[in-house]
Amino acid sequence: MGDVRVQADSFDAGAELNRFSEAQAGAGAVVSFTGVVRDVSGGLEAMEIEHYPGMTESAIATIVDESKARWPLTGALVIHRHGRLEPGAQIMMVATASAHRVAAFEAAEFLMDYLKSRAPFWKKEVTREGTGWVAAKDEDEAALTRW
Amino acid sequence: MTVNVLYFAWVRERIGLPREAVETEAATVSELVEELKTREDRYAAAFADVTALRVALDQELSDFEAPLAGVREIAFFPPMTGG
Repeated sequence: MGDVRVQADSFDAGAELNRFSEAQAGAGAVVSFTGVVRDVSGGLEAMEIEHYPGMTESAIATIVDESKARWPLTGALVIHRHGRLEPGAQIMMVATASAHRVAAFEAAEFLMDYLKSRAPFWKKEVTREGTGWVAAKDEDEAALTRW
Repeated sequence: MTVNVLYFAWVRERIGLPREAVETEAATVSELVEELKTREDRYAAAFADVTALRVALDQELSDFEAPLAGVREIAFFPPMTGG
């Protein structure tokens, strides 16, 4: 089970976290984040997530490598789904483990910030009124400057 | 040279196809964009504002002034919205 997975299938975040945690020898802190499809406007039927097969995996692996270079992690896990996801569905999860919590928390936030604007995924909202691509937010790009 | 050009998200929708092989002598990404824009209106529309686009060369993020020598795959897409 690799530490980067890009898949259409759903995943069991609890089971993934348990499996990840058990493999982290010497870790005193495990942090995880799960992203869920949210119906912001009240009319969302689904989120369609497109990606760039090949580049997606390598871009995420590069981001994970960077996190491991910056923090003393015993491990990091990224799972990101693509395809059609309905409100309430889990889109992605990140888990990090380290001897101490600060490194695990910071590395998880770093991974999230970079996945938002450096991993080649594009979200399209499907509503009763039609469809529309989700625009990237300036604040997401700005979030990278703090690292 | 022949390069594979890929389009994603609204760029793919506006141009109407996900990928194509393109014969070009363009030296940079910008030169390739100018060539594509002269083809048909749908290309001109997709590339009207390149500041709204990102480009990857052989699956690595790059920029529009980058040289194309040795590049096999060029992808155009809007800013990414992962996470």
